[in-house]
Amino acid sequence: MTGLGMEWYLPVIWSLLLAVAIAMYVVLDGFDLGMGILFPFAASETEKDQMMSSVAPFWDGNETWLILGGGGLLVAFPLAYSIVMPALYLPVIFMLLALVFRGVAFEFRHVADTSRFLWNIAFAGGSTLAAFFQGVLLGGFVQGIKVENNAFAGGPLDWLTPFALLCGVGVVAGYALIGCVWLVMKTDGAAAARARARAKLLLPAVLVFMGIVSLWTPIAFPRIAERWFTTPNLFYLAPVPLLTLVLAYAVWRWLEKGHDNLPFFGVIGLFLLGYVGIGVSIFPYLVPPSLTVWETAAAPASQVFMLIGTIFMLPVILGYIAFVYWLFRGKVREGEGYH
Amino acid sequence: MELDPTMLARIQFAFTVSFHIIFPSFTIGLAAYIATLELLWIGTGHERYHRIARFFTKIFAVSFAMGVVSGIVLSYQFGTNWSHFSRVVGNVIGPLIGYEVLTAFFLEATFLGIMLFGWNRVPRGLHVFSCVMVAVGTTLSAFWILSANSWMQTPAGHEIIDGVAHPVDWLAVIFNPSFPYRLAHMVTACYLTTAFVVLAVGARYVYSGRYPEDGRTMMRMALGLIAILAPLQAFIGDAHGLNTLAHQPAKIAAIEAHWQNEPGASGVPLVLFAWPNEAEERNDYQIAIPHLGSLILTHSWDDTFKGLKEYPRDERPPVAVPFFAFRVMVGLGIVMILVGWLGVFLLWRHRLFETDWYLAPLQHIWPIGFVTILSGWFVTEVGRQPWVAYGILRTADAISPVEGWAVATTLALFVFVYGIVFSGGIYYINRLIARGPQGSAVEPPEGVPSRPLASAHKATRAAINHPGE
Repeated sequence: MTGLGMEWYLPVIWSLLLAVAIAMYVVLDGFDLGMGILFPFAASETEKDQMMSSVAPFWDGNETWLILGGGGLLVAFPLAYSIVMPALYLPVIFMLLALVFRGVAFEFRHVADTSRFLWNIAFAGGSTLAAFFQGVLLGGFVQGIKVENNAFAGGPLDWLTPFALLCGVGVVAGYALIGCVWLVMKTDGAAAARARARAKLLLPAVLVFMGIVSLWTPIAFPRIAERWFTTPNLFYLAPVPLLTLVLAYAVWRWLEKGHDNLPFFGVIGLFLLGYVGIGVSIFPYLVPPSLTVWETAAAPASQVFMLIGTIFMLPVILGYIAFVYWLFRGKVREGEGYH
Repeated sequence: MELDPTMLARIQFAFTVSFHIIFPSFTIGLAAYIATLELLWIGTGHERYHRIARFFTKIFAVSFAMGVVSGIVLSYQFGTNWSHFSRVVGNVIGPLIGYEVLTAFFLEATFLGIMLFGWNRVPRGLHVFSCVMVAVGTTLSAFWILSANSWMQTPAGHEIIDGVAHPVDWLAVIFNPSFPYRLAHMVTACYLTTAFVVLAVGARYVYSGRYPEDGRTMMRMALGLIAILAPLQAFIGDAHGLNTLAHQPAKIAAIEAHWQNEPGASGVPLVLFAWPNEAEERNDYQIAIPHLGSLILTHSWDDTFKGLKEYPRDERPPVAVPFFAFRVMVGLGIVMILVGWLGVFLLWRHRLFETDWYLAPLQHIWPIGFVTILSGWFVTEVGRQPWVAYGILRTADAISPVEGWAVATTLALFVFVYGIVFSGGIYYINRLIARGPQGSAVEPPEGVPSRPLASAHKATRAAINHPGE
């Protein structure tokens, strides 16, 4: 094969598709996991009902993006999947178990009477731990994985570093923030007012975490410093942090002025900017710091077969997801549930 | 003590996948049942169908949630616990799972939102459409995952390059030799499983005299399906067995505990009961019927098939699990046929709803399908050993480079978490059943008892069941 053929393009296309799937997951499940993180701070049981009702029709579809993320990695980059998963074995399984608890809590809490408080705890605890371990996974991935002979060669606790734990706390704060602005959009009255006040507390906290990660990674990992702080990259990449600051200020103003919908979309923008920042630091490595997207890619026949299906199905999927969000549009009022 | 990571990973996967399969095997059938009820509601205008559909939708919601969360776990376990498996067969298995996510998971997850929460929010037609979409989604999901599993049993359409499987012909991969049989067998099993749950719930309502009208509808619909599908399943199972003999003969030898063809003897006997003794390569306490094994598996009187001793020891599956699990599966299958035909006979004689000796035990028959399905899966999965992908990759070579203590820790956590979730789920589903379909009668304060009320009530029950007689 000469020049940049299929074997060059396919892994690039797949890494972009995978990035889109994970971004969809982080934004969509982000706000409903945020609901669980905020759960203990709800003023009353009816406010808890209101919070849960605001995400009940969507949570299952939101979580499906997580399967697409894991499944997509297996489909397009089986070698990366077979190295990253054992490397992050414990946090992956802790996250999945936390998701089990919070997932069943949606339905169990609805049916339960006296044991309702237990499922409140399961929902809040499960959501918070799932968010925390997703952050740990992110940190464990960014800091790098020990590889020998195309297999994971480290120990079960390699991921356990201050950096990974910091990322865990950062993601909890981030999901709580997007949960708050979701509530600002989807509820009214006292619940919305409380969410608005909390969003203003969480916004600076999230910026601080983003700032720490942005400074920590180039200091600790020379490969990331090289990516960001050499010319001409510096000039191309400088807009990412600048836009983040501008958008954060805008979200603050929108919250102050009483906008309902703009803060939610503003926070999505902040998430995506942070996400692009991580992508810039990592690409083209899929098992940092040693294996690239090309080295871990599936057989071209597998990538093509799956790509055909994705090109047809993704617009259809996005179409009916948009339809359901449109169907359940508008605010969830106190005492009103879909059940 | 040395912890064996392979054994621990196998126990963990067996545990999580067995837990998971309970829920889809129920919800695949239930989604189709609810869609049917809603179509009947639209077609006939009878409020009864609407009421039953709403009632089962609540049970569906709880079961589906447990199925979803336990399914997400599996999609990651291929990597966490079986990373070498992902690497060796990922090119082939990956896209099959990918297509399941794209065509099935998003469809069912999205329309589930409308199905559960859209009753008062969308037009009736759209609600029915959503239920049908959820049913289509669950069935598509079965299509892809059974294709992937069947490929692991009877791989086709691939070539091995440097020890890694590469796809050559996707149609041959998807429609590999055992796939049509496995799909038919499993989907039928799902419908039977659901039908027996519906039958048991209906029997409980009829027997106790609460919600008798809804209970009778449930029983009639379930019995009609069982009477046809249970015998049909025997034929599908037989065809599946012949297919297995052609492609995985060692599995059949293990199922039949067939060690060797005796010199000079013709035909293979059917072992009804035995205690397979793997160390000494024979059966203890054997009770067998001559020639019946040949008749069932080769459809002839004298033909034989290879015994276990003709395979090297390291290519034989364990014998006891496939042998006993197969007998449980077939035994319960026969019970299903008898229960179904007896019920239809009683229905035809207009005695079904008063025959207490039939109704009383029937209330408790709901687990029969689940036990049968789990037994069937034990047969096929243990029977595939020592291979994870038949002839391509051994289970022992598929494992992740993870230390034993880490696998032991997560196994303990899985048992703990699933124990709580499963108990909770069973408890809450039982509570929903006890509350009964809303709107059909005044809700009894203690729920629906599983015993008949006063004997005086029985006469009333007969009168209600046969108005005008």
